[in-house]
Amino acid sequence: MTGEMIAFFLLALTAITGGVLLINLTNVVHMVVALIFTFIAIAGIYITLSAEFVAVVQVLIYSGAITIIMLFGIMLTRHQEKEKRAPRLKIILTGLAIGLFFLIMYGKIKDLNFGQQDVELHVDNTKKIGIELYSHYVIPFELTSVLLLVALIGSIILAKRADDEKEAKK
Amino acid sequence: MSAVPLTAYLMLALILFCIGLFGALTKRNAVIVLISIELMLNAVNINLVAFAKYSINPGLTGQIFSLFTITVAAAEAAVGLAILIALYRNRQTVNVDEMDTMKR
Repeated sequence: MTGEMIAFFLLALTAITGGVLLINLTNVVHMVVALIFTFIAIAGIYITLSAEFVAVVQVLIYSGAITIIMLFGIMLTRHQEKEKRAPRLKIILTGLAIGLFFLIMYGKIKDLNFGQQDVELHVDNTKKIGIELYSHYVIPFELTSVLLLVALIGSIILAKRADDEKEAKK
Repeated sequence: MSAVPLTAYLMLALILFCIGLFGALTKRNAVIVLISIELMLNAVNINLVAFAKYSINPGLTGQIFSLFTITVAAAEAAVGLAILIALYRNRQTVNVDEMDTMKR
């Protein structure tokens, strides 16, 4: 049992616990808070996979931005105190289908092993990612910025109340 | 060499993906459905980063691809929430069972 193994098990346990809490809790805000644990544990998993930059981005974007956005979405809409559950039959059928999917995928991945190469992805990780992004992946990178701009403008237009609608409400 | 095999990472990603899928299919609150989809995308990111380290050709490609995925997921969350708020303004509900205008 090496230290990396122990770290992996603790992080995986935290991540799965957060996910299970997401399914089982009834208060919507508690669900989102449970998911923050999952996101931070996944950032730790990235560090064990020698992807430090992705881990930092994960903490910034997921545990920071997306969770806060979701909390805003919850605060701006009205909710029942307790979440009503779906009909029992639907839960059972969905659970069976997902269990089947899980078993099939498990059968495929349980013997997967490509051996281990001696690579050092963690040395100068951020620097190497930056160089790759601006040389080999520069076109996808620029397209991503266009996508972000479109998403920004689109969500503002979707969420803002139309002016004539406001006049009609008066 | 590290002791954690590739299969362990893939199993973790599979479990998280199944939890997210279950949440997205059975939860009735639209915000929770959106967040379950984020969980599924996260599971996919774990796979990408794991294969970046443990594949036949290890390299940075998987990590860079996961960065792009995170960007798209953030954009998706923002647009999804904007749609949700517009819908809430018109129908006063966030329950996915009641979002059936296009089925009528």
